[in-house]
Amino acid sequence: MIEYILCFALFCIGLYCILRKRNIIKIVVGLGIIEYAVNLFFVLIGYRTHGRAPILAKDQVISNMVDPIPQALVLTSIVIGLGVTALIVAIAIRIYEKYGTFDITKIRRLKG
Amino acid sequence: MELQLLLLFMLSAAVVAVEVEDLLSSVIAVGAVGLGLSLAFLILKAPDLAITQLVVEILCLIILIRATINKDLPLIKDGRWFFNTTSTLLFIALFLIFSYFALKELPPFGSPIMRVAKEYIEQGLKKTGAANIVAAIILDFRGYDTLGEATILFTAVMGVLAIIRRVGRINER
Amino acid sequence: MKGEKEKGMTLIVKTVTRLTVGLILLYGIYIVLHGHLTPGGGFAGGVIIALSFIQLMLAFGKEMALKKLSQLAASVLESLGAIMFLSIAVLGFMGGYFFFNFFLQKGKPFDLFSAGIIPLCNIAISLKVGAGLFAIFVALTLFKESEKE
Repeated sequence: MIEYILCFALFCIGLYCILRKRNIIKIVVGLGIIEYAVNLFFVLIGYRTHGRAPILAKDQVISNMVDPIPQALVLTSIVIGLGVTALIVAIAIRIYEKYGTFDITKIRRLKG
Repeated sequence: MELQLLLLFMLSAAVVAVEVEDLLSSVIAVGAVGLGLSLAFLILKAPDLAITQLVVEILCLIILIRATINKDLPLIKDGRWFFNTTSTLLFIALFLIFSYFALKELPPFGSPIMRVAKEYIEQGLKKTGAANIVAAIILDFRGYDTLGEATILFTAVMGVLAIIRRVGRINER
Repeated sequence: MKGEKEKGMTLIVKTVTRLTVGLILLYGIYIVLHGHLTPGGGFAGGVIIALSFIQLMLAFGKEMALKKLSQLAASVLESLGAIMFLSIAVLGFMGGYFFFNFFLQKGKPFDLFSAGIIPLCNIAISLKVGAGLFAIFVALTLFKESEKE
């Protein structure tokens, strides 16, 4: 139970960073922290105490494996998170080239 | 026990990443959170995920440092920040209280309900012939989701190449 | 007065890169090919292959890395990987339903050439992920270098 609470606390730290900071790169850092917390929560749900990794061995009969389905879902989610981060960094570079600053409050005021 | 200590380390690294002013230091602190997550995946008996998270974290760090190394900008505090900060913290406290009530409905930590996974584990080797059950799930039992993921990666690469391209711009500087 | 401009990094980094970049590429290919026996799979192996090319670009400058794998070749390889994965899926229609495995047998378990179409799918995904991530990195750094002038 306490692991779930710590995972949600990590999510809330990332949420605070997205809501309160003014620099675009800090917002990207907050987005990365939120994504780590969500992936960790998925894998925490499927853990079995004293379980074994979901890989079969040649001459053993394994009867207590951890849940492999959340691991299959998180595997693609990690690579998708990398693609999203690269896209946001490309947009941030373009914004810097056009406006000359990374501050999000100044970007709203300069029109055209 | 080790899992809780590792989660505390990740929490403190995240607090450092959010609060420090220099951009390069906060990117390095996010790298520490990612490496701690890779160790947590290893403790939770998921070796596929540990390998993937480690190399994806390295690539993410390279992209972030490479894109921001010349543009170090400190943060600025404007007026009216007291009201904004307290309302954000109030909202986050409300969110945590409601999530505690929701978390009590989950099965306790360490004993999952494995109704579909029991069938995949027992029939995995016989139906697909693969020893790695996670690979058998993402490519044989649930191949459709992998097709969707390949499409998302393709779209992300197209998006980056379309944003960065300078077509039809005359350099008059 | 402009001195000679050294491309890339110092001599120590260049020497170590010459020794290790081939090993990193080989390790990535090993993780892709044994994806159905040991942990790993197509995604992790594809990212490791992209990392080996990125190390070549960081240590030697961008002309040398683009000689090994130009930007056009990276785009073609990525599309080729996506088309290969899609055609393996659509060919299953001839046997019954989507992703059906009818032309490769399952083989003995724990063997390298077993498990039907899973190794082919791993190779297709690794080509797509590796070439796509290398194309993203080349686009981001080329933009930065042309903006600095």
